[in-house]
Amino acid sequence: MKELLALSIKEALAKMASGELTSEALTKAYLDHIDEKEAEVEAFLYINREAALDRARAVDQKRKTGQVVGALAGIPMALKDNMCTTTMPTTCASKMLEGYMSPFNATVVERLEAADAICLGKLNMDEFAMGSTTENSYFKKTMNPYDKSRVPGGSSGGSAAAVSANEAMFTLGSDTGGSIRQPASFCGVTGLKPTYGGISRYGLIAFASSLDQIGPIAKTAEDLAYILPVLMAHDPKDSTSADVPQKDYVKALDQNMKGMRIAIPEAYFGEGLHSEVRETVLKAAESYKAMGAIVDMVEMTNVAHALPAYYLISSAEASSNLARFDGVQYGYRHDSFETLEEMYMRSRSKGFGKEVKRRILLGTYALSSGYYDAYYKKALQVRTLIKREYDAIFKDYDLVLTPVAPTTAYKIGEKSDDPLEMYMGDIYTVPVNIAGLPAIALNAGFDKNGLPVGMQLIGKPFSEDVLLKAADAFEKNVKGGASQ
Amino acid sequence: MREAYEVVIGLEVHVELKTATKIFCNCTTEFGGEPNTHCCPVCIGLPGTLPVLNEKVVEYAVKAGVATNCEITTHGKQDRKNYFYPDSPKAYQISQYDLPLCHDGYLDVTVGEHEKRIGITRIHIEEDAGKLIHDEKGSYIDYNRCGVPLIEIVSEPDLRSADEVKAYLTKLRSILLFADVSDCKMNEGSFRCDVNLSVRKHGELAYGTRTEMKNLNSYAFIMKAIEHETMRQIKLVESGEKIIQETRRWDQAKGKSVSMRTKEDAHDYRYFPDPDLMPIVVDKKMLEGFISELPELPDDRKKIYMEQLGLTAYVAEQMVNTKQIADFFDRCIKEGAQADMLSKLVMNEVIRLMNKEGDDADVLMSAHQMTSLVNLIVTDEINYTIAKKVFDGIWGTDQLPADYIKEQDLAPIKDQAVLSKIADDILLKQPKIVEDYLAGKEKAVQAFIGQMMRMTKGKADPDMVQALFFEKVKKA
Repeated sequence: MKELLALSIKEALAKMASGELTSEALTKAYLDHIDEKEAEVEAFLYINREAALDRARAVDQKRKTGQVVGALAGIPMALKDNMCTTTMPTTCASKMLEGYMSPFNATVVERLEAADAICLGKLNMDEFAMGSTTENSYFKKTMNPYDKSRVPGGSSGGSAAAVSANEAMFTLGSDTGGSIRQPASFCGVTGLKPTYGGISRYGLIAFASSLDQIGPIAKTAEDLAYILPVLMAHDPKDSTSADVPQKDYVKALDQNMKGMRIAIPEAYFGEGLHSEVRETVLKAAESYKAMGAIVDMVEMTNVAHALPAYYLISSAEASSNLARFDGVQYGYRHDSFETLEEMYMRSRSKGFGKEVKRRILLGTYALSSGYYDAYYKKALQVRTLIKREYDAIFKDYDLVLTPVAPTTAYKIGEKSDDPLEMYMGDIYTVPVNIAGLPAIALNAGFDKNGLPVGMQLIGKPFSEDVLLKAADAFEKNVKGGASQ
Repeated sequence: MREAYEVVIGLEVHVELKTATKIFCNCTTEFGGEPNTHCCPVCIGLPGTLPVLNEKVVEYAVKAGVATNCEITTHGKQDRKNYFYPDSPKAYQISQYDLPLCHDGYLDVTVGEHEKRIGITRIHIEEDAGKLIHDEKGSYIDYNRCGVPLIEIVSEPDLRSADEVKAYLTKLRSILLFADVSDCKMNEGSFRCDVNLSVRKHGELAYGTRTEMKNLNSYAFIMKAIEHETMRQIKLVESGEKIIQETRRWDQAKGKSVSMRTKEDAHDYRYFPDPDLMPIVVDKKMLEGFISELPELPDDRKKIYMEQLGLTAYVAEQMVNTKQIADFFDRCIKEGAQADMLSKLVMNEVIRLMNKEGDDADVLMSAHQMTSLVNLIVTDEINYTIAKKVFDGIWGTDQLPADYIKEQDLAPIKDQAVLSKIADDILLKQPKIVEDYLAGKEKAVQAFIGQMMRMTKGKADPDMVQALFFEKVKKA
C-alpha cells in the first residue's frame, strides 16, 4: 500500500485511467495512512472517511462504465477548514464556529467535486487564518512532520503538514500574508499563492478580503500543474475574480531555464535572515544560473514598509469581516446575558481567541475616525508604492527569487508569547499579497537540523505557468533540493 | 414668539429602487412574504459569501440623479459602514461614503404661488437592513428586506417650513415615479424620510443646533413631527436652555418625539472602501444611454400643460403631483375632456378623495367616467354642485355619471314651465320676499333661490331660478 503514497498525480491518473489502480484503493491507502500517522501530525479537524470512500467508488464506477471523468478523478485531497462545505463542518479552527455547517459549498469545493476529486476531510489552521504556526487553533496543535517538537507553520499548517506527511495527495490552503508559502516551506512541500483574483474567494471565510487568496499545496510543482486548471476560473459570484484565459500549465513544464531572467532583491537578504537560509537560497540561485538563467541582484527600497502596511490593512479588513460573528444568527453565543450589548460582548470575548481579538482591536483602531488617514490610508499609499516597485522590476525580469521565511520551523511555543517577533516572520511573504502577485514556495534544501529550507519565486500577474516551470525545473534537476 | 423664528430643514430621503432582485444577490425584492423567505446566504451575510452588485441599481440611481439635475460620479466606489445591530447581519452596511453616485443637484418646487429651488447635496446607493419584530415572548428578526436596494437623497438645508417640506417631498416623489425607478410607496416604507431641523431668529446667519428625526413614512407624520420639533426647540431657546444635537424618534401615538441618542454616543462607523467590490464606473456611453432611456419628467409635462393646454403654473404643478394623476389627466385629455374643467375637478375632487385614502392612494375612477362628467358640466347639463355629488357617488365604482344621475334622480329641472309653477307657489305663500326685494333688500334673491332649491331638492338650475325671480318681480 505504501507505494501508492509515492505516486505523483500524473502517475496516479494514468494508472487509474488504464484500470491498473482504483480510486478506492488509492483513497483507502491515504485514509489508512492518516489513521497510522495522524496522532503524530494532528493535521485534520475532520476526517471524511466513509463519504470519501463512497465518492471514490462512484468515480471508479464512472470510469468503468466509460463515462467522462473530471481532471482530478479519484485523487484524494483535503481542504483547509476555512472553505465552506455542506457535508462537513467549517470551523475556521475557532470556538466561534465549532460545529458550524454551511448551507453552501465554496466555489473551489464545487469545482473540485466537478473534477471528481475525493475530499478526505478538513484541515487544521490558525484561528480565522491569523497566525504563522497553527498554534492559534482552538481545537488542536499540528506538528511538523519533520520534527514533532516543531510547528508546521501557518496559518495553513494543517494543509502543509498533511501533504508533507503523505496524508493527502494535495490540499488547499489560503494565503493572506504567506499562509500557504510559509508552512509549505516549513514542511518541505510546494505551495502556490496564485495572482489575486485568480481563484474564486466565494465560500472562503474572509480574513482580509483584498489580500486573501486560495491556493494548492502539493508534493511537487508538477502536481500543482495538474491541480491549478481546476481551480483557476472566473466566478461570477466573486466580483474580484479575474476573467483570464486558461493556460496549459502541464505543457509549460519544459525544464528550460535558458534566458529566464531572475532578480534577487538585496533587501530580502538583510538583517534577521538566518545564515543557513541565506546560503541555501543563494545556492539555489546558483543552480538556476547553471541551468542557463540570468540572475542579478537588484535593489528594492519600499518592501521594508510592507510589513506594517500589511498588518494595518489586514487587521482593518478583519475587524469588519469578523464583525458578523456576533452570536445572533449562527456560531457561538454566550449563555448568560441581560442585554443585547452584553450578548455581543460575552459571545465575542469568549468565542474568539487571543490573536483574533488582538487583530480586531488593532483594525478597529486603525479605522477609527481621526486615525484613518494616519494608518489605513497611509497603508494603502504604501501598497501603491510596493506595486509600482514590483512593476518596475518585472519590466526587466521574469521572476524574483527570495527566501520564504527568515528561519526554518520554530519550536512549538517558541514564539507564541511575542506577537511582534512572530509578525516579523512574515516579512518576505507579505509584499506579494500587498502587490497581488503570484508566488510559489518550494523546498531549496535543509538546514543542519535536517529541517526544510524554502525559497520563494514571485512572478508577474497571471504568470503561474512561469512559476511552475521554474519550480519544476529546480525540483527535477537539483539534487538534494527535492522534498522527501 | 413663533413668528420671530425661522426653521431650517434638510431632508434625507430613503427610497427603495424597483429592481426585481436585491442589490447584491438574486433574491426577490417583493414586499411582504413570510419572514425570512426572501433570503439567501448572501443577503443574510453568512460566512464566506460575497456581494455582486446588481447593475440595475446603478442605472436607477444614476437616472434618479439625472432627473434631479445632479452631477454623476464617473469613478465611484462602495464603502462599509460598520455597526452592530441584529437587523444588520454582516454588522456592516454596504453604502457609499465620500464618492456618492450623484451629487450637486436641485429640484424646483411650487409653494403656494411662489417657486423655490431646493439643492440636492448627494444621492448614494446602499442596502436596506432587516426588521426586528418584538412580542411578549421575545424579539425576532425578519431578513426579507436585507439587501433591498436603496438610494439616499440628501437635500441642502434649504427648506423653511412644513409646507416647503411637503412640496419638496411631493415633487421628489413625483420625479422618481416619472423616472420609473421606485414605487415610492410610503406605507411599504419604500419612501421614507429623516428630518434634520434647527431654528434661528430671523436675520441670524449661523444655523442653530440641529436634531435629526428618523424614519418618518407618511406626510401627516412628517408635518406633525416638524411642527412639534419646531415648537420644542423654540421653547428651549426662549427659556435659555441649550438644544442638544441628537437623534430623535417620532412617536406618532404620543404625538411627540423622544431622544434616541445624543452626539456623544453617536456611532463611529469606521467607513472604509469595501474590498469585496470593484469600483463603479459610469462611462460616457452608459450615461448617455441612461439619459436617453429616461422617461418624460414632471417638469417636462408641466411645461406642456402650460403651453398647450393653457394651464397656470400652479394648476399645472398640481396635475403632475403624482404620476398617477398626470397619467389620468392625460388619458382624460385624450378622451376629449376640456382642460380647464378637468384640472378643476382633479385638483378639487380627485386629489381630495385620494388624500382621504392615504399617501399611496390610487385614482379610483376611469378616464371615461371623468371625461363624461367634464362634458356634462361644460355642456351645462349639470352644474358643479351636482357634479360634485355625482363624483363622490361614482368614485370607486364603474358607473357612468349619466347613469348615476338617473338612478339618484339628480338631473336638473330645466323646464321653464315647471320652475315657473314652483316659483309662483313660493311667492304666493311668501309675498314678503318680493316686498323685501323691492324695499332694497338684496338678500331676498338668495332667500328665493334657497326656497326654490328646497322645493326641487337642489335640482333647479340656479341661473334659471335667478332669471325667473327677476321676471316675477318685474311682473309683480
